[in-house]
Amino acid sequence: MHPAPSLIVFTTLSGLGFGLLAWLGFGLKAPTGFAAIVFFGLGYGLAGIGLIAAAFHLGHPERALLAFTQWRSSWLSREAVLSAATLAVMAPHAAASAFWDTPLPVLGWIGGALSLATILATAMIYAQIRAVPRWHHWSTPPVFLLAALAGGALLAAKLTVALWLMLALSVAMVAHWVAGDRRFATSGSDAGTATGLGKIGKVRLLEPPHSGRNYLLREMVHVVGRKHAHKLRLIALGLGALAPALLLMLPASYFAAILALALHMAGMLAQRWLFFAEAEHVLGLYYGR
Amino acid sequence: MTSLPAKTDRKLGLVIDLDTCVGCHACVISCKGWNTQNYGAPLSDLEAYGESPEGTFLNRVHSFEVTRDQAPPMVVHFPKSCLHCDNAPCVTVCPTGASYKRTEDGIVLVNESACIGCGLCAWACPYGAREMDGAEKVMKKCTLCVDRIYNENLPEEDREPACVRTCPAGARHFGDLSDPGSDVSKLVAAREGFDLMPEQGTAPVNKYLPPRARDTLDIPDLASLCEPAPEANGFLGWLDRALEKL
Repeated sequence: MHPAPSLIVFTTLSGLGFGLLAWLGFGLKAPTGFAAIVFFGLGYGLAGIGLIAAAFHLGHPERALLAFTQWRSSWLSREAVLSAATLAVMAPHAAASAFWDTPLPVLGWIGGALSLATILATAMIYAQIRAVPRWHHWSTPPVFLLAALAGGALLAAKLTVALWLMLALSVAMVAHWVAGDRRFATSGSDAGTATGLGKIGKVRLLEPPHSGRNYLLREMVHVVGRKHAHKLRLIALGLGALAPALLLMLPASYFAAILALALHMAGMLAQRWLFFAEAEHVLGLYYGR
Repeated sequence: MTSLPAKTDRKLGLVIDLDTCVGCHACVISCKGWNTQNYGAPLSDLEAYGESPEGTFLNRVHSFEVTRDQAPPMVVHFPKSCLHCDNAPCVTVCPTGASYKRTEDGIVLVNESACIGCGLCAWACPYGAREMDGAEKVMKKCTLCVDRIYNENLPEEDREPACVRTCPAGARHFGDLSDPGSDVSKLVAAREGFDLMPEQGTAPVNKYLPPRARDTLDIPDLASLCEPAPEANGFLGWLDRALEKL
């Protein structure tokens, strides 16, 4: 699949933002006063930048409000509704914490739950797609949820929790890769079933339907990314989860926390790039790749 | 709502005969022509006279080679367009309700004025039947020529999809696949028509007919014809060696 920068920015930043908002919602000791302005500002800012980046992916962003209508059937619509609901429900909690030093725990808990639901909906947009076997697996949502919660905990300065979540994230990423490498073979789709000619013999593309590029090849038959998949996995695992975990084991310091955050974000960008770039769409079978 | 109808009154669709298709691409061109001039946004071309021209098409013809045991390989031309699936994954993923399946005839359509151009439906389709138009930025797909098949301004023989009307080989058939008595249903039954990628769970309406078994001729062992030429003797042998040394 085509690793569109708008989607990579959207899934990483909004994931991080909603992860932070989840911790701020569930937080037993919620920040108040100026600290609340900074933390909630960061959460809203990251989530907002992510959502705006997603709008850049649209051919007709002026019709984006229609995306709130189909929540009964579509995970993308659910994601839109849940993200808006999270930001709305969390707002009184944030304002009360910042300006009146009185967090509203009930709204905080509802907002935290909605944050988690938003992240899950983002993951399900991809996990629901059966035509991309690597994504269509239970191991996809845990990667999104743990990445958001681990990064969010780091941002919320919940360092002990962040350490455990980083370790859990590394396990989830490896599980997703190991499972993902077998998914295409176990999906049952091959050139034989795609053309229905597999019963007759071995099927090979002789002539593609067009000599140039097209939307389908650009969007869904991205083969460049598969070449460096192994190295990128090591980068994602090392920078995204293991190095931050090591830094979190050191005595707590601002420097270590900020470095851990920077490494984690760089690693997650690599992971998300790879998530799209190495995912094979069964449509490729019609093009012999 | 982008939920799928539990049942459609009819299942209009195509039956494509892989035995008869000669791979001329006439259906590709007639589809592009009709759908550029009629319903919805035109099917644009980008850089049509430039270095890397490309365009939006709703129907494309791939050509495959099938290598068989103990028989010469076959070339199979393979037209592919929307299969108007009963369980269409492209419909349920749509966040705006632009993508829908009609209850009356099962045709899957896009309401272009509600399409935000997110491309998720094209990702959800295993067959690559949907293409985002490069100029209009809305999703385009086969409409089964919904503006022809019910069009009373056209002579009756033209009230079928443009690809079917134009096919010079008679490889494309149009009809109601929910009616076991229809010509297309009989054809599917007689020729053992099949679904593409049934394991994807899409339950396509369109069916494909397999190539018929070919006549078996007394074909020599083809591999023996590829053996290297025997060594030349005499004058030719001398010439061969002399030229080799040059």
